[in-house]
Amino acid sequence: MIALPPPKPEILARRDAIVAALRAIVPGEGVISAPLELKPYETDGLTAYRQPPLAVVLPTSTEQVAAVMRYCHANGIRVVPRGAGTSLSGGALPLADAVVIGLMRMNRILEVDYDNRLAVVEAGVTNLGITAAVAERGFFYAPDPSSQLACMIGGNVMMNSGGAHCLKYGVTANNLLGVKFVTVEGEVVEIGGRHLDAAGYDWLGLITGSEGQLGIVTEVTVRILPSPEGARAMLAAFRSIEVAGAAVAAIIGSGIIPVALEFMDRPCIHACEAFAHAGYPLDAEAMLIIEVEGSEAEQDMLLGRIREICGRFDPISLRVAQTAEESAAIWKGRKGAFGAVGRISPDYLCMDGTIPTSELPRVLGRIAEMSRAYGLQVANVFHAGDGNLHPLILFDANDPESTRKAEAFGADILRLCVEVGGCLTGEHGVGVEKRDLMGVQFLPHELAQQRRIKGAFDPDWLLNPSKVFPLEGEGAAPALTARAA
Amino acid sequence: MSAALLAPDSEEEVARAVAAAAAAGEPLAIEGNGTKRALLRPVQAARTLSTRNLRGITLYRPQELILSARAGTPLPEIEAALAEHGQHLIAEPPDTRALFGAELPATLGGVVAANLSGPRRIAWGAMRDHVLGVRFVNGAGEVIRSGGRVLKNVTGLDLCKLLTGSYGTLGVLTEITLKVLPAPEATGSVALRVPDLATGVRALAAGLGSPFGPTGAALLPEGAPAFGLEGTTALLRIEDFAPSVAYRLDRLRALLAPLGAPRLLDAETSRALWRLVREASLLGAAAGEAIWRVSVPPTAGPAVAAALRGAFAARLLLDWGGGLVWVAGPATEAAHAAVTAAARAGGGVWTLFRAPEPLRAAVAVLPGEPPPLAAIAARVKAALDPKGVLNPGRMRAGA
Repeated sequence: MIALPPPKPEILARRDAIVAALRAIVPGEGVISAPLELKPYETDGLTAYRQPPLAVVLPTSTEQVAAVMRYCHANGIRVVPRGAGTSLSGGALPLADAVVIGLMRMNRILEVDYDNRLAVVEAGVTNLGITAAVAERGFFYAPDPSSQLACMIGGNVMMNSGGAHCLKYGVTANNLLGVKFVTVEGEVVEIGGRHLDAAGYDWLGLITGSEGQLGIVTEVTVRILPSPEGARAMLAAFRSIEVAGAAVAAIIGSGIIPVALEFMDRPCIHACEAFAHAGYPLDAEAMLIIEVEGSEAEQDMLLGRIREICGRFDPISLRVAQTAEESAAIWKGRKGAFGAVGRISPDYLCMDGTIPTSELPRVLGRIAEMSRAYGLQVANVFHAGDGNLHPLILFDANDPESTRKAEAFGADILRLCVEVGGCLTGEHGVGVEKRDLMGVQFLPHELAQQRRIKGAFDPDWLLNPSKVFPLEGEGAAPALTARAA
Repeated sequence: MSAALLAPDSEEEVARAVAAAAAAGEPLAIEGNGTKRALLRPVQAARTLSTRNLRGITLYRPQELILSARAGTPLPEIEAALAEHGQHLIAEPPDTRALFGAELPATLGGVVAANLSGPRRIAWGAMRDHVLGVRFVNGAGEVIRSGGRVLKNVTGLDLCKLLTGSYGTLGVLTEITLKVLPAPEATGSVALRVPDLATGVRALAAGLGSPFGPTGAALLPEGAPAFGLEGTTALLRIEDFAPSVAYRLDRLRALLAPLGAPRLLDAETSRALWRLVREASLLGAAAGEAIWRVSVPPTAGPAVAAALRGAFAARLLLDWGGGLVWVAGPATEAAHAAVTAAARAGGGVWTLFRAPEPLRAAVAVLPGEPPPLAAIAARVKAALDPKGVLNPGRMRAGA
């Protein structure tokens, strides 16, 4: 298990006074301190870790967030920002002496500007809520994490969330114009705006994906895009992982960038089929779901070309959707993949490393070996176009030995991702989960550099502590001095 | 400019040079081929450190959509390697040789350090959106890596974006990994003569708000007579497979028909014309004139243009749907003040892109930052360059 820093006793001792002070800032139901009511906030999507916070505050305005930050900063109180609490890496895991600032009551869509193709929304608006607000005019917000029904845009910004369609549309960072940002001192700063690109340092780019380490985002200006005329999927199943990987390379090599390109291995195909009855081929070792966009004729052209390419790789089956319904049927299994795996195992860990796509056969082969060695099953779903791997490790959380093995297995997979030229996390974030593996990807002086930048925003290390950076580096990094020449 | 030029041919030597400069407290001007010396503020440094000898593509995997190259690699060398595999640089960075009167081509490091993007930015993102990994030397002479060589990566703080567009003030870029994409099979454009800029922006918005995916949306205030385009002209570009280009151009033409008489431009004409937009040569800036880039919400573009035409003999070119206003005019503080006022009124930002040294030294070449952010900026600069030896004053006086 991953260690959390010891709570500051002087903060715990002042709990009642702190709660009273927060109530003065956010009146009414906006401050939660009763143990039973804190329960829903003790964990996030990484449910293996639980820790009730000192208190939860639910502001309704940027001004309230700023006032809470000013108070916490003046009193040396740690702060954990939280959106919907869907983080799979423990990004919103509280600490015993921390105040959770929950942004879920800041859920207004402030403005939609179709002429400039943008929407200004509060941080607690859900990802899908943005698309819902602009769909009637034929627009959508592109990044689509699996949790998009629940997850909030403020959390998406903090974690730089991706999704199945980011091969074409990019991740959160590529779809933002500006944010309203509250510093640790409680100052409110507008970063970016309604125009493209910064004149000066790219603060927006640095803040996006910073996992609550630099400040709190309360408002977001996102780009909205016109929806395509239509989209359709096809399914291609192959006899081996290598062959499916070669087919992916051939599709990309032909100049086609499908809007989505999803890969499932045999255990995943079986789990999804048992759950969704999507008609997946059970004799396949690997299956691709490939989606294209455009007019009917354009979809036919692209799917025809992809079908022809896949045909060269001796496929077990090729199924091209002719209608939106057939397309939805192909997606049904994939979209339910996590739920399907949840049915065959009491618990699973969802990993999130990225690898160079050419390393896919080697990596999946090694994962299979590890699976045998650990005695734990694994099912793989994979954003094949961009190399973002999601191995689901099946285990039993009620069995401490099974839990320990699952965590060790996961860490081994992530080490492997780095070893083959990839990274620890493609879209879920480091959080608490991968914090202690940062030294696998970065050298000590590189981590020290990142810590110094964090310290430039948050000199007292009050913002979302115990995440991202290994605990031994917590606090101000040593000052940078010129190395010996 | 600086007298002594250091041009190491390894990253290790760059690190040594910076460490020595930091130890001595002697600032360095940082550049690649020095093509953009007339961009932003002049640097007062006795010596210049150039990455021009860090050359070469170090990794290119077309089927993984990634390319890594050393910072001093000339851009044309990278473009040629990509073209061999039918790929291209997504953000279409402009070749600024003509604007700056430079003989050498820009380097990859220079283009990334300036976050320069061309017309395709409106559809596919800026340079900063495609920088997947960097290696750089910080102001203490340490080699730091951020990002990597994969398309999706959220491991740790995104120093790639912080370094991109930091003009060599936070670190000396030594190697960069970019996402690249297949180059389109075909291209073409629709041109529409419009009575005024506001109508032009509406025409571009109609195209950009349609499902047909234009990858260029520019407004030429004086048209392009050499291409038979007289008068103010709105221009929308499609890049895709040939059947899609034909179909989408046809649909855009139908979409614009209520606003006038749209014309189709074939691939060759379209390519030639968009090159002139990309390089801003359509601006027709005279030698000695200043050039600004103003970025505002697209609907504010016409008001910025009107304000500047009222202030001086401004020549203009609008890209990015109307949101990027290229401005050419007299290199005076009065003209600069008019540009900054118009950018502010339009809710956007400005960059003094080219000017004689006295003007660049005298004015704010970039907008200032609100005090809380300026304080953070100073601490971030100190976190990366504690002795302040990297390109001091390049972006803002005293920073």
